[in-house]
Amino acid sequence: MPDPFEPRIVAFFCNWCTYLAADLAGTSRLKYAPNVRVVRLMCSGRVDAQFVLEAFARGADGVLIGGCHPGDCHYQEGNYKALRRFHLLKRLVRDMGIEEERIRLEWISASEGEKVKSVINDMVEKVRALGPFTVQVAEDRALEEVTA
Amino acid sequence: MLRPDEWGSSVRIGVYVCHCGTNIAGTIDVKGVAEYSATLPGVALAREYKYMCSDPGQELIREDIREHNLDRIIVAACSPCLHEKTFRHATEQGGLNPYYFHMVNVREHDSWVHVDKKAATEKAMDLVRAAVRRVRLHRPLERRQVPIKPDVLVVGGGIAGIHAALTLANAGKHVYLVEREPTIGGHMAQFDKTFPTLDCAACILTPKMTAVKMHPNITLWTLSEVTGVDGYVGNYTVTVKRKPRYVLEDLCVGCLECIEACVYKQGKVSDEFNLGLSKRKPIYISFPQAVPQIVVIDPETCIEFKSGKCKKTCVEICADRNAIDFHQQEEIKTIEVGTIILGTGFEVFDAKRIPYYGYGVYPNVYTAMEVERLVNASGPTGGEIVLRDGRKPNSVGIIHCVGSRDEHTNRYCSRVCCMYSLKLAHLIKERTEAEVYNFYIDMRTAGKGFEEFYNRVAGEGTHLIRGKVADVCPGANGDGHLMVQVEDTLLGMVRKIPVDMVVLATGLEAQRDAQEVRRLFNIGCSSEGFFLERHPKLAPVNTFTEGIFLAGCCQGPKDIPDTVAQAGAAAAESLALIDAGAVELEPNTAHILEEVCSGCKTCIPLCPYQAISFVLDKSKAEINEVLCKGCGTCVAACPSGSILQNLFEDQEIFEEIEGLLTYA
Amino acid sequence: MSDKPKVAFYWCASCGGCEEAVVDLEEKILDVVAAVDIVYWPVALDFKRHDLEAMPNGSVVATFLNGAIRTTEQEEMARLLRRKSQLLFAFGSCSQSGGIPGLANLWDRESIFRTAYSESPSTANPDGTLPQRVSRENGDALSLPGFFDTVQTLDQVVDVDYYVPGCPPTPKILLAALDALLNGKLPEKGAVLAPDQALCEECPRKESRPEQLSLAEFKRPHQVLIDEATCLLAQGLLCFGPGTRAGCEALCVKGNMPCTGCFGPTSRVKDFGGKALSAMASVAAGKDEAEIGRAFENIPDPVGTFYRYSLPSSLLRRKRLEAGR
Repeated sequence: MPDPFEPRIVAFFCNWCTYLAADLAGTSRLKYAPNVRVVRLMCSGRVDAQFVLEAFARGADGVLIGGCHPGDCHYQEGNYKALRRFHLLKRLVRDMGIEEERIRLEWISASEGEKVKSVINDMVEKVRALGPFTVQVAEDRALEEVTA
Repeated sequence: MLRPDEWGSSVRIGVYVCHCGTNIAGTIDVKGVAEYSATLPGVALAREYKYMCSDPGQELIREDIREHNLDRIIVAACSPCLHEKTFRHATEQGGLNPYYFHMVNVREHDSWVHVDKKAATEKAMDLVRAAVRRVRLHRPLERRQVPIKPDVLVVGGGIAGIHAALTLANAGKHVYLVEREPTIGGHMAQFDKTFPTLDCAACILTPKMTAVKMHPNITLWTLSEVTGVDGYVGNYTVTVKRKPRYVLEDLCVGCLECIEACVYKQGKVSDEFNLGLSKRKPIYISFPQAVPQIVVIDPETCIEFKSGKCKKTCVEICADRNAIDFHQQEEIKTIEVGTIILGTGFEVFDAKRIPYYGYGVYPNVYTAMEVERLVNASGPTGGEIVLRDGRKPNSVGIIHCVGSRDEHTNRYCSRVCCMYSLKLAHLIKERTEAEVYNFYIDMRTAGKGFEEFYNRVAGEGTHLIRGKVADVCPGANGDGHLMVQVEDTLLGMVRKIPVDMVVLATGLEAQRDAQEVRRLFNIGCSSEGFFLERHPKLAPVNTFTEGIFLAGCCQGPKDIPDTVAQAGAAAAESLALIDAGAVELEPNTAHILEEVCSGCKTCIPLCPYQAISFVLDKSKAEINEVLCKGCGTCVAACPSGSILQNLFEDQEIFEEIEGLLTYA
Repeated sequence: MSDKPKVAFYWCASCGGCEEAVVDLEEKILDVVAAVDIVYWPVALDFKRHDLEAMPNGSVVATFLNGAIRTTEQEEMARLLRRKSQLLFAFGSCSQSGGIPGLANLWDRESIFRTAYSESPSTANPDGTLPQRVSRENGDALSLPGFFDTVQTLDQVVDVDYYVPGCPPTPKILLAALDALLNGKLPEKGAVLAPDQALCEECPRKESRPEQLSLAEFKRPHQVLIDEATCLLAQGLLCFGPGTRAGCEALCVKGNMPCTGCFGPTSRVKDFGGKALSAMASVAAGKDEAEIGRAFENIPDPVGTFYRYSLPSSLLRRKRLEAGR
């Protein structure tokens, strides 16, 4: 029996809300899937689309962005910028043939430890169902030839 | 950019993996992670240790830096929100720039939340590997020092705000105490006696209120609200709106004759202080010992405001002082303070939300706060416990946990209700000799002297019935009784107890505008709506915004002793900041690379703190480092990548991502 | 044999515009020809591949190679020219980052062949004939280069020394590159031979961009009566000037059209499209899905818009191929 596919998900969490919520999930000893690796940023507004693309290019199967609820950003409006970028990024990523469920933006406030657990568990299962994200190195495909 | 084969030669990283007792070691193979770390390029040494945050743990770091010539430090342990500062300090003490340190969270984000030990260990390794890649690029940053303004703003004039203000004022600091109501005193002023000592609330509160008024270091602004907060720790600029009382504070001596002289011979408007149990006139004072002892005119109900045609007998009687001014305007004040303490208190749970207790439907169902006013000698009934129809009750039922410990309303316990319900039981028995029944789920009397108080009240013949009341309804035989239906779980049977009066022990909730207030001050709220503390055990009065502190029930339900203790703690935290003289700002700010900025102006409108400006003569953008709070939004937006954010540079983040996913 | 430095020009998957760029030097080409010996230039001179192969390795001082790599022949020629040259210049957007041909990375060989040889409206190919690698007839064998699924940039195939950006590079940029080469003023290896600053720096409309710009919606050029003096972004058009290297003197903007990014990103940006997206999205207004959707409604093709010249050089390189292919 081959090992079941374990997705690797990179998460960008904002320091003031989602990162704290994940800490809260920890202090509350909630249990969730171990497939997520968090990159800590000060604000979801710091998330550059390049980071998301880099994660996929390096082999991530999914990318999760966590920020404060609209209206509650610690820096006033950073999360709105994140929302606008995410909207366009989602379309770009879809047009690049990447399934929608692989990229996700969630608003999680500092007291929502349970939400961290449920979002991560949900995303891991959805990405698991999609299978691994193949990093397409051109060399593999490029050397195929049409044979006579 | 260094090639992978060059990494090893450029830095000497020390990696420390903490056991945290069994908190981390119980799930993660700490030894394995340390051994793995030692194999990573650039890692000069890797250790495991039981408690890195302890003194010997920190000493390890300090010694190793010196002995092994380390130039980067990584600690894999708890959350950086907890100990990043600790280890940065240790790094600094070891002789390295503190920002050459990076923390990896393998506890809150790993060992505490995962069950599969192998997966948890692998995750820890991934995270350490990412940190090793990232920390190589860290720069030696300097903290910026800014002076701290010495004044303090205290918002809320209840017992919390009063105690904090007095403590600070006594320490020689100038305090602005801003209170929304026309008087300070808060909810405590409405109480009659306080548990467990049965001290008269007014007797212990009013001296403090007077002290506030008299203190040369306190500027007291009542009928005032904070409308704007700008700035950062040590340097807050706050706008306060002072609403007009239509009575000049400097001239009014509090003789109250104007109230007597008012054209209304009797009270006309629901008296808020007495919770609607009595009426007041449009010109009034909240209660006789109000501070400031200055009358207020309510423009919504005063005839002069509504029609302009009043005889103004109040003005007549005040002819010698001329303190009444119908043209008084609202004033906007701007103050500069270094720290802010929030003591905005609580709101009582609205008993109408539990319709089966009949509040608002049956006249003889009261809330506990209403009964406080009844038993109070200066209340609407002069201290007599009288029902709305004038009768004295012969039997009273006190229902605990109304709007608390309840899945349908509030899940939390409001902490004070058992004690005040016992207190009311005692006071009612004292004044009326009625039969008193307390219906409780659990009896929570944990404080000093509380258990003894409980025994005393039990000994006085109060009936203590363990059961959650299911229903309150009028008795069937129309004799004016209310039937309280409850399952007495100690007796194991359902009882229907007729009483003349039902008292609902309503719980404490966050103020209804808590969300707006917290946004104003840029702090957070917990899921129950109370202001969020930085750490429930170790930092109960701090918030996540430096320089803003919490005191009292705005942070969560608590009694007067705990409120006063917290207010003192908040004052101490303020003093610690102010007396340090200067505050250090974290260097995770952004700066523009001037030589390569093209002046495209994309960044200018993005900063909510207006930290970015366009310098016309250079035709480039510039960031004011002091105003920058380090969110990084402009960094992501700069189309040519010409803005760098200290500690969160693009390259550092790319390295971290790469480290998470690719094996060294 | 002359002592003049030997120089070669070659084209891969490109449109021929870069060859035009050399010719666009007009009379200055005479100076160039006077200073160098062009030993290989299929479009203009008659040297053959075997002539090139006969040269000693490293005997060509510089090769200017334009076009992306998408056939086996192009890859072979790139490697050959690399061997024969001391310095290899990726000339133009296609060789630097994939260029317009790079957008083929949204498809694969099979779908491209199907469109080109069967499904396009003007094609009549009832037998479904497709190009073959080898074709034999009357005892002779003819071969065609292999056609890759994925377009690559030059530096994804061989080591590249310098990049001369542009679609095509302007005469000025080309002359500057030649001048640097001939006078030993080349910067460190790997550099892009254009300023490391965004186009706004040299844009004549820079001052007209307001400091507080926030767009309720972006527009496409045909939807706007484009004013000739005002900043194009301020008029709602997706001008990539703020994210594109300067050096072209804002030719397109002077022609009243928004910059499309052909000079590529500055050295501080890793993925042109990702950064451009982050930047342009920051100019948009909107606080909820509906408002934000409206702001971006007139960007029907995000990949084509943000990766117009740079898809093969992007982090993802290409659209995911279907599983099993």
